Amino acid sequence: MPVPSDAHPLVELRGVAKTYGRGEVAVHALKATDLRVYPGEVVGLLGPSGSGKTTLLNLVGCIVEPTEGSLSLDGQTVYDGGWRCADLRRLRLEKIGFIFQFHNLLPFLTAGENVAVVLDLAGYSGAAARDRARDLLDYLEVGHRFGTLPSRLSGGEAQRVAIARALANRPRIILADEPTAALDSQRAGIVLDLLRKVAVEQQAAILVVSHDEKIFDRFDRRIVLRDGRVVEYDEPAHGPAEA
Amino acid sequence: MNLALRDVRHNLGRFLLTCLGLSLLLGVVLSMIGIYRGLVDEALTLARAPGADLWVVESGTRGPFAESSRIPGDERDSVARLAGVAEAGSLTFQSVETAHRGRTLRLYVVGHELNRPGAPARIVAGRPITRAHYEMVADRRSGLDLGERLRLGRNDFTVVGLTDGLVASGGDPVVFLTLADSQRLQFDLDPPAARRERARGSGPAGTDIVNAVVARVLPGVPVQEVADTAARWKHLSALTQGQQEALLLQSVVEKARRQIGLFTTILLAVSAVVIALILYTLTMDKVKEIATLKLIGAPDRTIVGLIVHQALAMGVIGWSVGTVLILLVKDHFPRRVVLTPEDALMLGAAVLIICVAASGLGVRLALKVDPATALGG
Ligand SMILES: Nc1ncnc2c1ncn2[C@@H]1O[C@H](COP(=O)(O)OP(=O)(O)O)[C@@H](O)[C@H]1O
Ligand SMILES: [Mg+2]
Repeated sequence: MPVPSDAHPLVELRGVAKTYGRGEVAVHALKATDLRVYPGEVVGLLGPSGSGKTTLLNLVGCIVEPTEGSLSLDGQTVYDGGWRCADLRRLRLEKIGFIFQFHNLLPFLTAGENVAVVLDLAGYSGAAARDRARDLLDYLEVGHRFGTLPSRLSGGEAQRVAIARALANRPRIILADEPTAALDSQRAGIVLDLLRKVAVEQQAAILVVSHDEKIFDRFDRRIVLRDGRVVEYDEPAHGPAEA
Repeated sequence: MNLALRDVRHNLGRFLLTCLGLSLLLGVVLSMIGIYRGLVDEALTLARAPGADLWVVESGTRGPFAESSRIPGDERDSVARLAGVAEAGSLTFQSVETAHRGRTLRLYVVGHELNRPGAPARIVAGRPITRAHYEMVADRRSGLDLGERLRLGRNDFTVVGLTDGLVASGGDPVVFLTLADSQRLQFDLDPPAARRERARGSGPAGTDIVNAVVARVLPGVPVQEVADTAARWKHLSALTQGQQEALLLQSVVEKARRQIGLFTTILLAVSAVVIALILYTLTMDKVKEIATLKLIGAPDRTIVGLIVHQALAMGVIGWSVGTVLILLVKDHFPRRVVLTPEDALMLGAAVLIICVAASGLGVRLALKVDPATALGG
């Protein structure tokens, strides 16, 4: 969807690079990269295996520390030559929702509890957390699986529960790593539609890693990586010109 | 939301099995402590049976239990005549073996004088000895029944009364005879050479040898003063009841105490290692879940709680079940097992501390888990 020209980016990378290891064994997983993602956008992060997609996602999620550059989330400078945020987990809890390749639901919690646990951590009361978890699962059309353990869910159901968990605390930024890899094309399409709906309704920035050709045409924008370098970059529809 | 509880619920079988193993281990620890308490208890019952205030024994010995003591029987009159002494009685102590219902029966024989201090204070069935010869009061642990006859030395004795829980420090059940019968028994069981010499009167004081004289003092008389007076006779030593008990604990029980103390420590250490290993493997199995938790923003407190709460639950369940287990089986031990609430609570506290300490390994692992492992494959 078009981005209003006065919008601030929710995710902003300026010259961010990541090198794993040093010297002889150094792997330049991501070379200096600029990137902005605006509210309401679903951005596809594409590229062959080993091109640095997961690394980029982990950098945005504050899971790995950049080697260079600076990172801002929701207008707050999070990294600039060092972490500028004391409690990264709190930051993730409040601002970021993760959707994993293999749903990563906690096996000992029911579908409902898997969603509620995020709310519990965010300080919701037990009843409020349960109610919102139920609403979210209903919204994602898996409400009838509320009390079911993940081992009894189908792949599509599990992924939708995982999305519900990512959305639970109303994060402005949603990061998804190969969310459709385990799904057939029909279900993959449904998941993407759902993400778009969330992006619009919650004014969230959504970054989706994929090398799944089935869904390439469903993103608002595409960013293609190769060997740790951005080789294709769609500009935001109406965003300010990129530096 | 308590994650530990839900994880336990999810792996209930494994958790309960672990708790069962732990409870057996803790049950063994508790029974070791109980056996020690029983040992102390049993060691003292014999010394307490005569209800004495004062023990007069051979000079320079710590008799009659910790060391052997032999004094002439007529010392009883001298002791009885001491100022402040109400009554006194001679006692003999000896171990004997005899055949009973086709089995070898080891007994600890106490000889006492009729109507003088030294007879067992509590008879649970039958009556005390009233005739001068061939009657016996036996402890239930001997397996002897009222009215039963038993051959000791050259004579048959009839069981006229029973006591309960009287054993020597080695665990042998106690039987009581009259002093005269027990001295006769001692003589019969001596090797022939010694017997000939004694019959000739060349022993210390003929055949009237006893091992100790016990005395009760008049109300209000300080026992220690009487003991000091008795000890002034150079061939005698005197111990108060308190000293006698302390001596027994020191000499007879001390080694057992150290032995059992060491064993208990080892068992507790083993429990700690087992708990630590179990918690470590449980944590290993959950690395991915822990990474996910970190990724969705769970603070360390939540993650540590996941492990420590399980450790504590394991400890509490293991301890409770272990205690119940021992309560159920303790009376089937061959020797007395005494379970005190204090010991059980102390063990409970120790187990809680061990559980928290043992979860350290798992907690360390959990805190080191990189949230990035939750992503990708
Ligand atoms: N933790 C790590 N340590 C060392 N090298 C890594 C690590 N993670 C990724 N890499 C390397 O970085 C490069 C990019 O990996 P990744 O970001 O996972 O690519 P993609 O997700 O596009 O497959 C690869 O060469 C990979 O081997
Ligand atoms: Mg990847």
